[in-house]
Amino acid sequence: MNTAVATAEEIVDYDEALERYDPVLGLEVHVELNTATKMFCGCATEFGAEPNTQVCPVCLGLPGALPVVNEKAVESAIRIGLALNCEIASWCRFARKNYFYPDMPKNFQTSQYDEPIAFEGHLDVELEDGTTFRVDIERAHMEEDTGKSLHIGGATGRIHGADHSLVDYNRAGIPLIEIVTKPLTGAGKRAPEVAKAYVGALRELLRALGVSDVKMEQGSLRCDANVSLRPKATEGQSQDDVPLGTRTETKNVNSLRSVERAVRYEITRHAAVLDKGERIIQETRHWHEDTGVTTSGREKSDAEDYRYFPEPDLVPVAPTRETVEALRGTLPEAPGLRRKRLQQEWGYSDLEMRDVMNAGAVALIEQTVAAGATPAAARKWWTGELARRANAEGKGVEDFGVTPAHIAELDGLVRGGRLNDSMARQVLDGVIDGAGTPTEVADARGLELVQDDGALEAAVDTVIAANPDVAQKVRDGKVQAAGALIGQVMKEMRGQADAGKARELILAKLT
Amino acid sequence: MNTDITRSSAAELAHALGSRELSSVEVVQAHLDRIAAVDAEVHAYLHVDGEGALEAARAVDQRRASGEELHVLAGVPIAVKDVMATQGLPTTCGSRILQGWIPPYDATVVARLKSAGMPILGKTNMDEFAMGSSTEHSAFGPTHNPWDLTRIPGGSGGGSSAVVAAYEAPLAIGTDTGGSIRQPASVTGTVGVKPTYGGVSRYGLVALASSLDQAGPCTRTVLDAALLHSVIGGHDPMDSTSIDAPVPAVVEAARRADVAGLKVGVIKELGGEGYQAGVRARFDESVALLQEAGAEVVEVSCPSFDYALAAYYLILPSEASSNLAKFDGMRYGLRVLPEGIEDPSAEQVMAATRDAGFGDEVKRRIILGTYALSSGYYDAYYGQAQKVRRLIAQDFSAAFDQVDVLVSPTAPTTAFRLGDKLDDPMSMYLQDVATIPANLAGVPGMSLPSGLADEDGLPTGIQILAPATKDERLYNVGAALEKMLVDRWGGSLLAKAPQLTAKGA
Repeated sequence: MNTAVATAEEIVDYDEALERYDPVLGLEVHVELNTATKMFCGCATEFGAEPNTQVCPVCLGLPGALPVVNEKAVESAIRIGLALNCEIASWCRFARKNYFYPDMPKNFQTSQYDEPIAFEGHLDVELEDGTTFRVDIERAHMEEDTGKSLHIGGATGRIHGADHSLVDYNRAGIPLIEIVTKPLTGAGKRAPEVAKAYVGALRELLRALGVSDVKMEQGSLRCDANVSLRPKATEGQSQDDVPLGTRTETKNVNSLRSVERAVRYEITRHAAVLDKGERIIQETRHWHEDTGVTTSGREKSDAEDYRYFPEPDLVPVAPTRETVEALRGTLPEAPGLRRKRLQQEWGYSDLEMRDVMNAGAVALIEQTVAAGATPAAARKWWTGELARRANAEGKGVEDFGVTPAHIAELDGLVRGGRLNDSMARQVLDGVIDGAGTPTEVADARGLELVQDDGALEAAVDTVIAANPDVAQKVRDGKVQAAGALIGQVMKEMRGQADAGKARELILAKLT
Repeated sequence: MNTDITRSSAAELAHALGSRELSSVEVVQAHLDRIAAVDAEVHAYLHVDGEGALEAARAVDQRRASGEELHVLAGVPIAVKDVMATQGLPTTCGSRILQGWIPPYDATVVARLKSAGMPILGKTNMDEFAMGSSTEHSAFGPTHNPWDLTRIPGGSGGGSSAVVAAYEAPLAIGTDTGGSIRQPASVTGTVGVKPTYGGVSRYGLVALASSLDQAGPCTRTVLDAALLHSVIGGHDPMDSTSIDAPVPAVVEAARRADVAGLKVGVIKELGGEGYQAGVRARFDESVALLQEAGAEVVEVSCPSFDYALAAYYLILPSEASSNLAKFDGMRYGLRVLPEGIEDPSAEQVMAATRDAGFGDEVKRRIILGTYALSSGYYDAYYGQAQKVRRLIAQDFSAAFDQVDVLVSPTAPTTAFRLGDKLDDPMSMYLQDVATIPANLAGVPGMSLPSGLADEDGLPTGIQILAPATKDERLYNVGAALEKMLVDRWGGSLLAKAPQLTAKGA
């Protein structure tokens, strides 16, 4: 079939499916490490470079070239393993995974097989209802990425119908960590949510570790979702005693939302197949973002034989206990715990904390508070004004050149009574334009609340005299009408008045 | 020194160059002339780079003239087995599949030769991807043994030993995966050394079997081998299996040449049935000479050696099947489109290319290796072979607890006739029965001429083995024995070889 035009296969209602079947998941996440150089050579790893500009005899697999392990990548792998509560192997090897593939210059992938660097761990994942689901980790192993093919001349961009293909080996040899879960059982109806939450939590953890860019849209974090269904246990039978069903593997799902949707779709599709008394074919599936369905890929039988054997060109990896413990010392606080601690310290609501997370501003707020701002003000500036501007300009909040120290200083000026809110925004404009620190900008632009009560009183009197109708309304008890007068006073004083004081004065004179 | 430049040893040439008796250009030109005269008959070279060699020679002469301190071998030319990547110079590994491939980089060994100022005369013939014991599996035709042109020069590095034996180069680089330096040395009356595994970088050596391959010297004297060993040896950060330690003091050892008080072990399992009588007789005489010179000789047993050949022919094809997978017609070398297929897939192009590009012996071993690694058979074959490999290493280690070096005949026979064993792979494989254990265990080995067999008047070789990283012992024992043998012969063994007459000369 033409996979470009994906049509929905027969599916059943999700809730109905869950009445009859128990879903089991297996998630395989590939993470590209952000090391400066590749897994087995000194080539650069920059994303988006001109094709085949970051290649050498080693990553092109030229005859005679030999790999040498990138020590930084091994350190990252160990740190990831430790953060996932894994055991770290004291001795392990790379293996060759042999298969012919045009994107792979050696026609074998250097990977780890039965001797992974990290194994037997877990990650506790928080679900939306606040409960925690423990995902058991089978292993995390090191391998290298392959190159990328580009098929030219066909309508679909796929090899079928193309008249020639180009291969870019810049990605060949980029270090990858593959993190494999044990079969996840017991999630029931929440299986799609667990899948999404797990990948999200993993992404957050990897970002905190600083080992990867974790950009799903650029492929630096890729998820393969294995789904199988088994019939619900009958009475008196334990669900664990029901054998696992045949699985399908949906490849390269590239957003959190898609992980959830793809798992949900596969559950409903499997259920439809099983309901008809047919068998699930073990195969890889492709996820189609636009239509929300998966389609059949390559059939993947257990007979596929990679002829693994220990890579004879590399010496074993044998980190000492001291090295592992030293790396353990570099682990950041677990993101979940850290989030809870900060939320409590800052007194944010759950919603506020989620906004902060979504804006990617946790660290900025932490630094801003440390520089002397109140948590409320720090949140207001980073997730309010700056996030809005960043959104509008397609930038990140950190791209404006505004530092936590600037925000803390700005907050100090507001709290000290020198600036009001709108003046503070003007000052922020100046800081973004590179005109200096908030104090320098305020000084240069003459921005300062007028503290002279006489001038304020005169302005109030002028405004009351000029707006007799509005003044009368206030006298008649419509206090909210005072707002219009305050606006006039602010205008009269070119914005440099303290609105609170103006309000007090107006009300004092009219009531 | 010898008045004929090409008959001089590398050490003699080095001396003459250092004292400016000769220029490197003269030395290189003399060898190019010799190649032009005899290589049509010997066919030891696949590519001769006269221009490049002369250019390198001129550069080194100039540096010497300007008073620069140069490496001792600077200006001495060398030939390199065609399995080593040479930037700008074809590298084919004796295979059609790499015909026309010109590497964009130098193997570390080649880079070290160049930085020592050694002009590279060309690339030598070999069995395709170093698979064979006769150089008859070269896709570009066999090399002939300079002692008798109807006979094989050994393999896979027959070209490297033959250029040295035919005076077409004073030195050559070979590679030894199961004996491909030592066995050709034995049948051509030259010296060949397989250093300790990891003693010489494999970077740029097109891999046959990564865990067994080792580059080393092919020369006419033990001292020449030591000089060359010290140029190419030493740690290379580009090869993580290379040993991170200084090169053993091989030149000093070759100059010392003193075996008094040394314990020499004769390996019981290597030398009995299947060994030609003349080979055995010359070996026994050599051992007697060592004894006369003060060495203590004992017999030692290495029982696992009986299984070495079997283990080797599982491990080698397994690694080779994977190492050769990159030759698929996608990126370089030969590409063949399958006949009768309108719009072939990548897999079909790969299959057609490999079918046309690889010879029978290569295909045989790829199939063997693919089978041995396949799931369900891995434990029975590859896994079992690795266990044997460990037992062989244990045998060596037990033997070296008793003796300083081990000795055996290098090859069971003298050079056989071209074509004699082509249809019988097993009998071809048996040529390496004595050399293979060293590769499986990673220990160093040397072959040097022990004389001429009475039956056929052809060269025989003695193999000396030492513990890993103790390469200097080979040179000490080898040089001592060489000295005694040369005295007995009244000159080098090669001087007894028939003169090659230049065609048309």
